Amino acid sequence: MSTSTRDTLRIGCGAGQSDDRIPPAVEVAKHGELDYLVFECLAERTIGRETLTKMHDPERGYTPLLHQRLRAVLPTCVEKGIRIVSNMGAANPLAGAKAMRREAQDLGLGDIACAVVRGDDVSDVVRIRPDLTILETGEPLESILPSLVSANAYLGADVVVQALATGAPVVLTGRVADPSLFLAPMLYEFGWSYDDLQALALGTVTGHLMECSASLTGGCFSWPGRKAVPDLARVGYPIAEVSRDGRVRVSKTPGSGGRLDVMTCTEQLLYEMHDPCAYITPDCVLDISAVQLTQDGPDRVAITGAKARERTPTYKVVIGYTDGYIGEGEVSYGGIDAVARAKFAAEVVRERLEMQGFTYVDYRVDLIGMSSLHGALETRPEPYEVRLRIAGRSHDRKAAEAVGFEVRSMHMHGPGGAGGGVGPRLKEVLAVKSVLLPRELVKPEVLMEGTL
Amino acid sequence: MSDSVRVFDLAHCRAGDKGNTSNVSVTAYEETDWAFLRDHLTVERVMAAYAHIAKGPVHRYELPNLKAMNFVIENALGGGVTISLAQDIHGKGLSNVMLGIELPAAGRNAPGAA
Repeated sequence: MSTSTRDTLRIGCGAGQSDDRIPPAVEVAKHGELDYLVFECLAERTIGRETLTKMHDPERGYTPLLHQRLRAVLPTCVEKGIRIVSNMGAANPLAGAKAMRREAQDLGLGDIACAVVRGDDVSDVVRIRPDLTILETGEPLESILPSLVSANAYLGADVVVQALATGAPVVLTGRVADPSLFLAPMLYEFGWSYDDLQALALGTVTGHLMECSASLTGGCFSWPGRKAVPDLARVGYPIAEVSRDGRVRVSKTPGSGGRLDVMTCTEQLLYEMHDPCAYITPDCVLDISAVQLTQDGPDRVAITGAKARERTPTYKVVIGYTDGYIGEGEVSYGGIDAVARAKFAAEVVRERLEMQGFTYVDYRVDLIGMSSLHGALETRPEPYEVRLRIAGRSHDRKAAEAVGFEVRSMHMHGPGGAGGGVGPRLKEVLAVKSVLLPRELVKPEVLMEGTL
Repeated sequence: MSDSVRVFDLAHCRAGDKGNTSNVSVTAYEETDWAFLRDHLTVERVMAAYAHIAKGPVHRYELPNLKAMNFVIENALGGGVTISLAQDIHGKGLSNVMLGIELPAAGRNAPGAA
């Protein structure tokens, strides 16, 4: 399977979320001496949103920022021979591939082939399996099937390796687990197999460190006066350097801002981790309990001690389904008795919504400046000014709309001196739940868009 | 020395989300403070600090190699990112509740504390 004789591989991260910053991706492509550039762009519910987009327009449904991002990085990647791997295909990787190829043509880069990974969309499979158990609630899937929008399995690195084996400069996928996007180039280049648990552990822990872009290099870390991050405004994206014999170093774009050390790597290593002995991915069950992080020069850290057990017999599937509407409104109070006036306004809004017969599955009153982030505690001092925010979720669209409407009307129909109200906000709720699907029911495949 | 010490003074934290569960990592700056935190930053103390936000339960995992602990706080995110009515739907800021926890300073840096 290995197509190269190289002994080290440099993989850069170009995005850690769908709307991540683009300039650091261009910098890491230009100055990172990369072999691969990986863009991780899918949060849990992003595919559900894009599935709705695709229903309205069959030519869309991929990450909207794909155009802008590829326009920025493609010229450098083509010039330097850096292969791109990304889940920007979202709900429609084939359309994403076509869009990528059009961008390449427009940039004068010619005909660039794209390997497309499909098969993560298992909505047809789960529709006929109402008996599947919802992991979060223990209820049968049947209860949410009528409002199902999307069902996507987290595919692993194996199908991405197949896509890389086509030789296409760009690989676009839908739902693939975040660390698997980074593991795949290692498996492909070094010919590592799924029998080699040590290799899977190493590649998966590396992918987990890399998948959140600037979160490894000082973003989400800096704290004035406590945790200094030099030149955060120019924070660089991370680079993984992996050797055939299983050594890993992480670093960042040379000359960029930010900080990468044992502290930033520890925070990212534990990010979204539950049991450190059992981090389940489609490729293995990762155990980081014995991981050692060692400073290996400025902005450079060595990773050792990751272990793994064999992958599980199931794929995790994220189900997206519609679940009513959320309505929201905000208005501000300042000066004398600001908090008392805001609380009184909240009472009036609630009474008016009740008078109209509206009911809510969930209803929330926040005093921004007091209780919106960490809940309400009596011991907190009152601020000079406070912003009242009310949100309600309902299956009745009119009830949800009314929340923002009634909050805005506090300007004229509430306690004195309200200001800064915003227009009523309303969004349709796209909720997610998960189920496990036996591997044999999922059929990952690779298609080519264009020719080599 | 004052008679209490904040987690903020001894460690750095980050919060992550999965479904309706938040995880908050606590990484000590110093080895000796990791031992102190392991002894005093208990599941009970953390549950009490988050009681007005999360239903729990709270689980704690120790990572001595990293001078870190990982707290997993269940039922903490208003039902989960996609349906939560909170402003901070991911609970990215919930690490700051951990940093604000005050622990009795007695025993810290005392001989044999490490």
